[in-house]
Amino acid sequence: MEFTLGILVDNEAGVLARVASLFSRRGYNIQSLAVGPTEEPGTSWITLRAVGDDAVREQMQRQLDKLVEVYAVYHMAEGMSVERELALIKVRTGDRRHEVLQIAQTFRASVVDVASSTVVLETTGDSGKVQALLEVMAEFGVLEVARTGPVAMLRGADVLSEAQDPQRLSQAAHEA
Amino acid sequence: MRNGAQTLLDCLKEEGVEVIFGYPGGAVLPIYDALYDAPIRHVLVRHEQGAAHAADGYARASGKVGVCLATSGPGATNLVTGLATAHMDSTPLVAITGQVAHSLIGSDAFQEVDIVGVTRAVTKHNYMVEHARDIPRIVHEAFHIARSGRPGPVLIDIPKSVALERGDFPHPPGPPARRGYRVVGAPSESEVQAAAQAIAESERPLVIVGGGVVPAEAAAQVQTLLERIDAPAASTLMGLGAVSGHSRRHLGLLGMHGTFAANRATSHADLIIGLGLRFDDRVTGMAKHFAPQARILHFDIDRAEMGKTVRVDLPVLGDLRYSLPMLLDALPGELPGGAAEARAAWWSRIRSWEQHQGWNWATPMEVGGANGEPLRPQAVLQAVYKITRGDAVVVTDVGQHQMWTALLYPFRHTRQLITSGGLGTMGFGLPAALGAQTARPDESVWLVSGDGSIQMNLQEMATAANYRLPVRVVVINNHQLGMVRQWQELFHQERYSSVAMTDLPDYRLLAAAYGWRGLRVETEEELAEAMRIADAEQGPVILDVVVAPQENVFPMVPAGASLHEVLLEKPVPAQGS
Repeated sequence: MEFTLGILVDNEAGVLARVASLFSRRGYNIQSLAVGPTEEPGTSWITLRAVGDDAVREQMQRQLDKLVEVYAVYHMAEGMSVERELALIKVRTGDRRHEVLQIAQTFRASVVDVASSTVVLETTGDSGKVQALLEVMAEFGVLEVARTGPVAMLRGADVLSEAQDPQRLSQAAHEA
Repeated sequence: MRNGAQTLLDCLKEEGVEVIFGYPGGAVLPIYDALYDAPIRHVLVRHEQGAAHAADGYARASGKVGVCLATSGPGATNLVTGLATAHMDSTPLVAITGQVAHSLIGSDAFQEVDIVGVTRAVTKHNYMVEHARDIPRIVHEAFHIARSGRPGPVLIDIPKSVALERGDFPHPPGPPARRGYRVVGAPSESEVQAAAQAIAESERPLVIVGGGVVPAEAAAQVQTLLERIDAPAASTLMGLGAVSGHSRRHLGLLGMHGTFAANRATSHADLIIGLGLRFDDRVTGMAKHFAPQARILHFDIDRAEMGKTVRVDLPVLGDLRYSLPMLLDALPGELPGGAAEARAAWWSRIRSWEQHQGWNWATPMEVGGANGEPLRPQAVLQAVYKITRGDAVVVTDVGQHQMWTALLYPFRHTRQLITSGGLGTMGFGLPAALGAQTARPDESVWLVSGDGSIQMNLQEMATAANYRLPVRVVVINNHQLGMVRQWQELFHQERYSSVAMTDLPDYRLLAAAYGWRGLRVETEEELAEAMRIADAEQGPVILDVVVAPQENVFPMVPAGASLHEVLLEKPVPAQGS
């Protein structure tokens, strides 16, 4: 079972290594990891996706929470959060470019590069949508894929940086 | 104007540091230069691993933060086992390492190691200092992190160029502010109420005391709790001493080498009240079958320990120094009538299990050491107990002698037993004993070691001689790596592979070489005499006590078995097998 965590951290050297090693030392593979600065200087938001049951997820949340640079860990449960990822897909078009472009349009993917026998498509959406596009394009030949992994945000009016007690918010988020 | 190194020492002084265990080298030259004028003692160990263990022993014996110092590269990597030892047993340590100059970092310079990367998994937190102006903040934070909450080791890596940087580096005002680091304080009222309710409903409670009681200084409250609810207690290795080993309520150690009564009580209890422990595999046996009839209450300061290995029915997240008084307030003044009756029945079952108790400090036993019979190692522990009147600070190494110490020496105070529990680090003992003796110069510090363990940090004999640290070392010498031999005997069909310690040094000559007193002990008379000499000796002394080579530690719960499946002696193979 996959789960997504949102982790608010100090943007310091080594913080990613600390987060990653908590997973690797337990033999858990990280499926994807997206990191970027937030609205607050010195703070980064990590969206991390991994595989495990509720017990694994809870243990990882608690271990992450112990890291000095981590000040909040949220379970980005489905329904409670929105998730988007971006993918670049290089597709072999051969003499079927028209067909490829038509499908791309249906998926609202944009064409960001065109060569004589290939195109590069850009798509944004939840992971399911990206997966669906990849499956359709497999018929033509998917030559390369670069995915960001999802970034996620909690729905509603709760604002992370205003949370007085992030622990409580994360508790609420994963109990819901 | 001060440089970074001088600023570092100013900050250490401000944190109350009195002694540093260390070893100099190129990258820490500026720090040693600053130390030359600083009002802080330096103990020059003989190997950096010794510095880390000595700082750890000092911290465990005193309750203060232990500090060790090493140079870059090999100096720093030699600390790693010591940091891991402290990390597993949650002892507060600050390790300072030199690093190559900033301009050389990442170039594979001479004696360069990415020690922050190497120690990430064995520290509570670690730092590389980028600018000398950050030193006051980082040192202050490091000590705060090391000693608060669940304590642990923190490493600060300081490039030589930063140590030499000159300027005025003011201390930040106020307490350290890291919003990602929250110290757990009092538990929630509702969790305490639920715990009190469960205790009131329980007929067969068992309190399990862990090492978390030690930094919380909660031993007195534990005692009050035991009396109030009329419950028995068992201890983990790290918890020994919190409840007096002489108390009739104390069933002793539980787990792999726990007492019969402690393990049976765990298996039959209807309520486990866990205080500051992490339910590790040496305590629980097979976690799935741990305390099968019980609800489990877990009082701990670390949320990540709740339900990590065993199911926890009622967690109470909080610092025991607040949790226990709150619990005592929430409990009724005395047991209701029905509960008192149930408790009497529980105690009578426990007393019957105590019939199978095996040896303790007072059991009459054959000492051996006469008529060609070797001394029995258990009798040696009894002799240590007797000569020290139960008052010594006892340090151990790791192996059979460690378990005999835990089983046979009744500890009465926290910080009285100093032992590597979680990591099981052979070679911990001698340097940790030197640290403990440094922390408590007026007390008698005894190290119980083995012929395997003692050889792992033997070089620290020179440190003891150098600083006249009068540690008493008892080597339980069975000419074997006894614990490994025991496993090979019981679980590997007596195929003894690389466990014989042949060509051991003559410890008397070794003692003479290092300026120690050394005695060899083979008979009952020699044992008694050696104990008297060691007790009276003003300087360090080592007793080489030759004991029976085949003796095993019992009781024993085989690895992966449930606590119910305890061996009291070597099992006799079934007929025909």
